[in-house]
Amino acid sequence: MWGYVLRRLLATVPVMGVVVLVVFLILRLTPGDPAAVIAGDYASAADIARIRSQLGLDRPLLEQFLTWLAQVLRGDLGTSIFTNLPVTTLIAQRLEPTLLLALTTITFSVLVAVPLGTLAAWRAGGLLDRCVMLFSVAGFSVPVFVLGYLLIYLFAMGLQLLPVQGYRSPFTDGLGPFLRHIALPTLTLGTVFVALIARMTRATVMDVLHEDHVRTARAKGQHELRVMTRHVLRNAAVPIVTVIGLGVALLIGGVVVTESVYNIPGLGRLVLDAVLKRDYPIIQGLIILFSFVYILINLVIDLVYTLFDPRIRY
Amino acid sequence: MHIGKTGRLFAVAAVAASLAGIPEASAEKVLRVIPHADLKNLDPIWTTAYISRNHGYMIYDTLFAMDENFVPQPQMVGEWSVSEDRLTWTFVLRDGLKWHDGKPVTAEDCVASLRRWGARDGMGQLLMSAVASLEAKDARTIVLKLSEPYGLVLESIGKISSNVPFMMPKRVAETDPFQQIQEYVGSGPFVFKKEEWVPGAKVVYERFRDYVPRSEPPSAAAGGKVARVDRVEWLYFPDQTTALNALLAGEVDIFEQPANDLMPLLESNPDVVVDIVNPIGNIGFLRFNHLHPPFDKAEIRRAVLMAIKQEDYMTAAVGNPKYWRTCYSVYPCGTPYENDVGSDILKVGDIEKAKAALQAAGYDGTPVVILHPTDIPLLSAFTQVTADKLRRMGMNVDVQAMDWATLTSRRAKREKPAEGGWNMFHTWWIGADVIDPTAIAFSGNPDKGWFGWPKDEELEKARAAFARAQSVEERKEWARKAQERLLAIAASGHIGQFFTPVAYRKSVTGLIRSPVFFLWNVDKQ
Repeated sequence: MWGYVLRRLLATVPVMGVVVLVVFLILRLTPGDPAAVIAGDYASAADIARIRSQLGLDRPLLEQFLTWLAQVLRGDLGTSIFTNLPVTTLIAQRLEPTLLLALTTITFSVLVAVPLGTLAAWRAGGLLDRCVMLFSVAGFSVPVFVLGYLLIYLFAMGLQLLPVQGYRSPFTDGLGPFLRHIALPTLTLGTVFVALIARMTRATVMDVLHEDHVRTARAKGQHELRVMTRHVLRNAAVPIVTVIGLGVALLIGGVVVTESVYNIPGLGRLVLDAVLKRDYPIIQGLIILFSFVYILINLVIDLVYTLFDPRIRY
Repeated sequence: MHIGKTGRLFAVAAVAASLAGIPEASAEKVLRVIPHADLKNLDPIWTTAYISRNHGYMIYDTLFAMDENFVPQPQMVGEWSVSEDRLTWTFVLRDGLKWHDGKPVTAEDCVASLRRWGARDGMGQLLMSAVASLEAKDARTIVLKLSEPYGLVLESIGKISSNVPFMMPKRVAETDPFQQIQEYVGSGPFVFKKEEWVPGAKVVYERFRDYVPRSEPPSAAAGGKVARVDRVEWLYFPDQTTALNALLAGEVDIFEQPANDLMPLLESNPDVVVDIVNPIGNIGFLRFNHLHPPFDKAEIRRAVLMAIKQEDYMTAAVGNPKYWRTCYSVYPCGTPYENDVGSDILKVGDIEKAKAALQAAGYDGTPVVILHPTDIPLLSAFTQVTADKLRRMGMNVDVQAMDWATLTSRRAKREKPAEGGWNMFHTWWIGADVIDPTAIAFSGNPDKGWFGWPKDEELEKARAAFARAQSVEERKEWARKAQERLLAIAASGHIGQFFTPVAYRKSVTGLIRSPVFFLWNVDKQ
């Protein structure tokens, strides 16, 4: 298996190479000029040209690309054009809220969705199943920002149980403030993922429930709980793990709306701000990071398959 | 280890208290503010961004500062004098001025700061072009010698908006003006806490305990800058609704620029005050590109001005009439150079008359490319109103949607519209930036002027004469002449004056009335 892991890790190199090149070219071909944004309303064309020159944006594209590539290979993602801070510092500042929000959301989603989906499949066609399916459709259909505002209105403005916004670190501010601030964002994002994972669990479990080995287990008189956990869920795990893994990847890069609604300084907002300002080094650095995370998570998912399905070998 | 029953009770209570988020007892007074934008850049000379200017006012100080009557008053300067021929200006720094690192502020620091500012700022460049020498005579005395009489010495070094001539230590001020500074040491009322800065989220300042404020009461940027809170936190909210909720819930104290559609909610809350602290507000601006048809002809530009009805723009973009007014002076209404010379054309507001004028001007159906920044609601509304008016006048309009960042690079292009250029875009200026004819918005020099590049020698003469004028009356006369030319050539369209109120909790007091948002003198009960 270690050979497989090594091969997969080596395969990331050309993939990352393509990502790096495409991202660089797309950014340079997209309209917009950071020098013009920096120069502001009062600048003359000469001012803008001078700022472009200082930023190195007037050099040939190939030269710019090679300079940046050399930096990246040294582990240096460059410096933000606007804040003048290293991109790695900016990412490090945002990593904790994003990772912890992803962790709480996935934990909440799995703890709620897998039992719900399993119960719905077990009692397919019944009231519980219909309720789960209704929730699932609603969870998909309601936009995240609407759900976010509703929860804020109810729990923060109305009942005044939780704060409206913000992020507190469990390491510097304490566990209590962290949990109070992360509760509503987790519930908001978790609703979507509960809907997704519950639906996927239900469908997969229903398929497995009709297989021969389950019938055999029941015929042998095994307890229904044991049948569900040892024979059904274990065999249904592969697609569920895939969805959970993709969910983690999405949560790390794509929760801009939730971060904005709850004012959480995460990576999603960092990338959005950078795009709006054309802060090339930040966008490039983040896309490299996100691509790497996606590749890594896919690898982890593939490895996790072997835990649930002994037939899978690498 | 054995924990007794009482110990377990204490432990449970401690965990419960922690989860309930009971705040720790603290005597520190913290003011939490939602600024109008995210602070992305810390060098207020390198960028003209208003948020960087506001950051500058927190940590830096200025030699002179504009008071609420738009008159420059000494700030860091104690005594000053000017020679009889008005060519030699001498400024002596006040006693006790210190940088945040504890070192004394010297005249050499100020000379270096003025030079860096003078290389970047438009008004600074004008001043420096008239300067023969600028030197530190001793540790506290700055001597500025002019090569020719210049009427705006104090107005320049006391200018209130970007780029503000902030004083920095010499080692910082010697940074190339086109490079960002790397050290953020000021001598202003607050100290910047760089280690707590999270771009896109939070900026922290602490009171500078060694700051020596002037004894006069605060008046706009002038007077005593007394920091009344221990710590100020700027918390940037990308989402206006969340910002509103945070203010209503008391999680923040001040919301600098709430969107207009939030006003009814804010105004109806008994714990919140909605107040216009900027008395001159902002000026809506429609900008023509003078280089290319059809707006290379003054008659066609003037025909468009005849279609402008400021009420239409302000109603669409701002809404509540409490927060806007019509203003037919090119300088903001309520400021010293407001006048009505040549402004009749801005009052026509009649599509049929505009249509007739357009035909008389010989419009041949050339497409008009309007840049439409869809990510800024106010400018998007301006654009849509204009597009509708031009279509009703019979113009062939091509509205091109884009984000603001794209617009800022596109508007710098002098190429023909069909080759990536443009014919028109909209923006707004804060009133303080267009208060007199020296503003770059009013330039008539296409080589050094602002995007759109009007060319008018008479206008340039009037602007130059204004800058050299020594008396207020003389300046007013040249300001009127400049306005006359600006409207005669229809350099731009002026589409109304609007105000952005500040919303704050009732516990907050002491906000200063000024075109720029200041946080000294602000207290929290």
